[in-house]
Amino acid sequence: MSPVLAGVLQLLALLVALGLSYRPLGDHMAKVYSSEKYYKPEKWIYKAIGANPNVGMRWPAYLRGVLAFSAVSVLFLYLLQRVQGSLPGSLGFVSIDPDQAFNTAASFVANTNWQSYYGEQAMGHVVQTGGLAVQNFVSAAVGMAVAVALVRGFASSRSGELGNFWADLVRGTVRILLPISVVGALVLVACGAIQNFSGIHEVGQFTGGSQQWNGGAVASQEVIKELGTNGGGYFNANSAHPFENPNGLSNLFEVYLILIIPFALTRTFGRMVGSLKQGYAILGTMAVIWLGFTALMMWTEFAGRGPAFELAGGAMEGKETRFGIGASAIFSVATTLTSTGAVNSFHSSNTGFGGGINLLGMQLGEIAPGGVGSGLYGMLIMAVIAVFLAGLMVGRTPEYLGKKIGTREIKFTALYILITPALVLCFTAASFVLDTPVNSMTNSGAHGFSEILYAYTSGANNNGSAFAGLNADTQWFNSTIGIAMLLGRFLPMVFVLALAGSLAEQAPVPETAGTLRTEKPLFTGLLVGSIMIITGLTYFPALALGPLAEGLAA
Amino acid sequence: MSTLTPPRASHPDAPTGHKPEAGRVGGGLFDPKRLVKSFPDALRKLDPRVMVKSPVMFVVLVGSVVTTALAIKNPGDWFGWAITAWLWLTTIFANLAEAVAEGRGKAQADTLRKAKTDTVARRLTKDGTGEERTPGTELRTGDLVVCEAGDVIPGDGDVVEGVASVDESAITGESAPVIRESGGDRCAVTGGTKVLSDRIVIKITTKPGETFIDRMINLVEGTARQKTPNEIALNILLASLTIVFLLAVVTLKPFAIYAGADQQTSMIVLTALLVCLIPTTIGALLSAIGIAGMDRLVQRNVLAMSGRAVEAAGDVSTLLLDKTGTITLGNRQASEFVPVRGTTEAEVADAAQLSSLTDETPEGRSVVVLAKEKYGLRERHQGELAHATWIEFTAQTRMSGVDVGGRKVRKGAAGSVVAWVEEQGGRVAADAQGLTDAISQAGGTPLLVAVKDDEGARVLGVIHLKDVVKEGMRERFDELRRMGIKTIMITGDNPLTARAIAEEAGVDDFLAEATPEDKMALIKREQAGGKLVAMTGDGTNDAPALAQADVGVAMNTGTSAAKEAGNMVDLDSDPTKLIEIVEIGKQLLITRGALTTFSLANDVAKYFAIIPAMFAVAYPSLDKLNIMGLASPESAILSAVVFNALIIIALVPLALKGVRYRPSSADSMLRRNLGLYGLGGLVAPFLGIKLIDLLLTLIPGIG
Repeated sequence: MSPVLAGVLQLLALLVALGLSYRPLGDHMAKVYSSEKYYKPEKWIYKAIGANPNVGMRWPAYLRGVLAFSAVSVLFLYLLQRVQGSLPGSLGFVSIDPDQAFNTAASFVANTNWQSYYGEQAMGHVVQTGGLAVQNFVSAAVGMAVAVALVRGFASSRSGELGNFWADLVRGTVRILLPISVVGALVLVACGAIQNFSGIHEVGQFTGGSQQWNGGAVASQEVIKELGTNGGGYFNANSAHPFENPNGLSNLFEVYLILIIPFALTRTFGRMVGSLKQGYAILGTMAVIWLGFTALMMWTEFAGRGPAFELAGGAMEGKETRFGIGASAIFSVATTLTSTGAVNSFHSSNTGFGGGINLLGMQLGEIAPGGVGSGLYGMLIMAVIAVFLAGLMVGRTPEYLGKKIGTREIKFTALYILITPALVLCFTAASFVLDTPVNSMTNSGAHGFSEILYAYTSGANNNGSAFAGLNADTQWFNSTIGIAMLLGRFLPMVFVLALAGSLAEQAPVPETAGTLRTEKPLFTGLLVGSIMIITGLTYFPALALGPLAEGLAA
Repeated sequence: MSTLTPPRASHPDAPTGHKPEAGRVGGGLFDPKRLVKSFPDALRKLDPRVMVKSPVMFVVLVGSVVTTALAIKNPGDWFGWAITAWLWLTTIFANLAEAVAEGRGKAQADTLRKAKTDTVARRLTKDGTGEERTPGTELRTGDLVVCEAGDVIPGDGDVVEGVASVDESAITGESAPVIRESGGDRCAVTGGTKVLSDRIVIKITTKPGETFIDRMINLVEGTARQKTPNEIALNILLASLTIVFLLAVVTLKPFAIYAGADQQTSMIVLTALLVCLIPTTIGALLSAIGIAGMDRLVQRNVLAMSGRAVEAAGDVSTLLLDKTGTITLGNRQASEFVPVRGTTEAEVADAAQLSSLTDETPEGRSVVVLAKEKYGLRERHQGELAHATWIEFTAQTRMSGVDVGGRKVRKGAAGSVVAWVEEQGGRVAADAQGLTDAISQAGGTPLLVAVKDDEGARVLGVIHLKDVVKEGMRERFDELRRMGIKTIMITGDNPLTARAIAEEAGVDDFLAEATPEDKMALIKREQAGGKLVAMTGDGTNDAPALAQADVGVAMNTGTSAAKEAGNMVDLDSDPTKLIEIVEIGKQLLITRGALTTFSLANDVAKYFAIIPAMFAVAYPSLDKLNIMGLASPESAILSAVVFNALIIIALVPLALKGVRYRPSSADSMLRRNLGLYGLGGLVAPFLGIKLIDLLLTLIPGIG
């Protein structure tokens, strides 16, 4: 079988698997977020945190919940790392420096999982499993909660209420993320991923010398790393490491885990707003971009020109031979079009265009299908803009799902789309203006430029993957990327929830023949176009100086 | 230019029907000469305090100032001067668009001001005994003034005494005088109009300075213009995009220095890039589109009291239409003659015509006309029949007829005619009752025709009077339905009649035996369901409903209460115009959306022009992005800037006329506009920039 065919077949298998789980998972999530029943363990949690899950929250209250919970999480994670040296079960690792501890805490709470540390050389069992893995669950649940709050904004009539943050957080974790993780971890263990609490092993190598191997609760962390679109690897090599991702099957399964929730949330959305077709339209938009990007990535990676590429049948540098080009292309597109950032190959070794596809995927705002929750709300924000333009073109005050997109709604949407470009471009520019940050680059020219652009793109969009080559463990990068991650995560949430609140106060407008049909392919096309033009064009000059200059030179 | 006598809309009473051209929202006239004429105004608008209201164009203004300073610093650089000149032109073109749009209103306001010449009022003294002469500007509400033939009415008010014919052409452009009388729905008079006959006493209802004519001047001049909700929302989005592009361009400088393209990214080049990227096309034309939309209404003799109302018109999903005058011609007309058993239709027609000759009511006349048209019965005149005794129609007898020779013919309401036949000792045909019932059930009004001659008194047959639906209304309502607008007919008729007419006209629903309270309840019910409601009205009892409706169009002939309550006034008092108002509202929104889409789509081509121009030296591979094959970096950047400026002027006519609008479903409209302005916006600049580049290379020293 040719490698190209193998790649295509894997993509097809992935499509089938995603197709099979789309309906049941989407419906299940809709049921979870609409349910009024609480299980015993959930009740204990509510009692412990002193929350009443039955209270409907307006958007400021919901936002306070999100921010308060996240602030406490950052603080806890920061302190945990700072005292690691004096904790038991730390494999003898010392406490983490303040700037790196801040960066890591911000990173995991913001669902980014940018790692400026080497997992196997810095973090013991307590921080990995008791701190980082916990955030892998709850930061994902926070994203889903905010998305569901926005969906409720569309669905509700005049109530102004968006549901209860604590109930959404707990239910999302207990009823969605946990059960899938348990099953998923077993599958990964069956594939060969490790799951233990053993220490560091000194292992002799065939070629002489020795190597250190860490044990750890890897499979359980790996599954939520993908499922919650987190991406922070137990090991520095991330999903390229055989303990995390042993073989082709586990690799495909991990891509599947990355994509199931973000895609299935479109069905949850359709269910909750009472029109599955609306969900399909959003799904269609996500799928078109995702498949398009995957196809482009495969094309550029397989077609990689030059003698070394031809010998290897494509751009094999930086890729695992057990996965090959096809599986690596699929993985790298999935991870950058979601907020995952896990990698099974080195994006910096991709062809010029390949790296550009990774960059653009994140720069679109990670909405196809995007992070758990954040992908859906990011896409809905773009849908609001597309509806605004298209709505005017059919001669009515634009409305989406029966809610008018008026001044207030556009204001929040406009603020939302400002944030990440501002963070990415300003921090990148600042890095080039200052003297020292540039020293972190290990490449010059266009590729070196891409390294820094990628770092901030990844941070501000909460992706977490890195264009390897940049030494990001400096005070400048730790602090600025940390800030970019926090602002890139929580400022958009502020505007999403404000928008949701504003929508929830409206009474829905009934649909007529004069209403823009947002469930039609025409609208999907318009939405894809709006995303490409509005977010894509922002980065065109920067992309030209990085991956385009590199790719066109090849 | 006098604009006060625009092309007249058809008279409300004439059977207007649906004329394909007239019914469409056509474009206003656009005269290129106005561009030249408005040029001084455009320059005056360069005031930063004015410009700051449009964030996009303000950025261009700042950019123009910056490049000017740079060009002065380095006067030998032709490129800097060229960019500077075109940036200034971009700013001026934007102002020009607005100035042209305002120009038309200004001319109209001047004419109106002439009508507002200060008048001297003859105010009745408080004790009611005498008159005093007071300047019109000193009148207070509640004052009573007297106007006689030849007087100009000093202020807005209601006639409280008398009846007069009034020339309202100063406001409506309609030269035929109208009757204004105390009491009822025709009591409102407008300051500045002229009494032609008789004497009336007017109670002033508006303070000077706030009269109808004052408001009208403010409106057409645009001084009262406030940004509409959708316009504000669009401005926010445009401002946000401007900031994003500003960031993209500002941060480009350090990137360029790193890449080794410091030389090629001078401040002038970056400013040019910024101006090309920010949505200048829509930013420049946005306010012109709004002004032109209001103007299109004024051209149709509709005054919208706020831009918000015009926008709301586009959103309307329920139209309340009064049956009489809007859907039907206003009067019942004879539609057929139905004979009872043993008589012929011709006999009935003949008797009906004969007995209706003295009936001067519209119904009576329609009987004569029908007999003539359908049965070829020549209209006979009363004088032709010697020794005839004519019985005129009165509201009491409810019968008309004639006695000639030994023959008596009568026509009238069923009850009256039956009574007459029986009184004359005749008999009523057995099937007459059935026939009248059938007509009633069909929503018509039956009139009986009877005769008394040698054979005795008897009923000959029945005249079927029915409401005649205006021609073309059904098509119009079908169209509205395709646009997603529900039509509800409002009538005082009983449900039976109402249903029949509703079915014939093709409206979606009807409200029979409607009282003002019912109307109000209906509006509130529709609004509770999230719908926007439009209606017309003229009476004082319509006022609450007019105020409640999202779009309330008051007829100019109506009472001042109605005019006060509505948010639009139709000077032609043509209720059918409501449909056109909706279309204009939609067209306004479509024009904005289309030009925004066009403006954003333009950016793609501009990138392909400017990015290779800036960076091909640093990274030769980027020259592959120069897919247009532009001659040199300078010509490429200049071409993009020139295109960006010229496209504004090129689109001014479109902004003023509005994009072509045909009522159709949202789907087909979106497909069309997206294809035209979305794809068009992608492709057009590639062609335009290439063409300008070709022309520029003809200039020696470039390229």
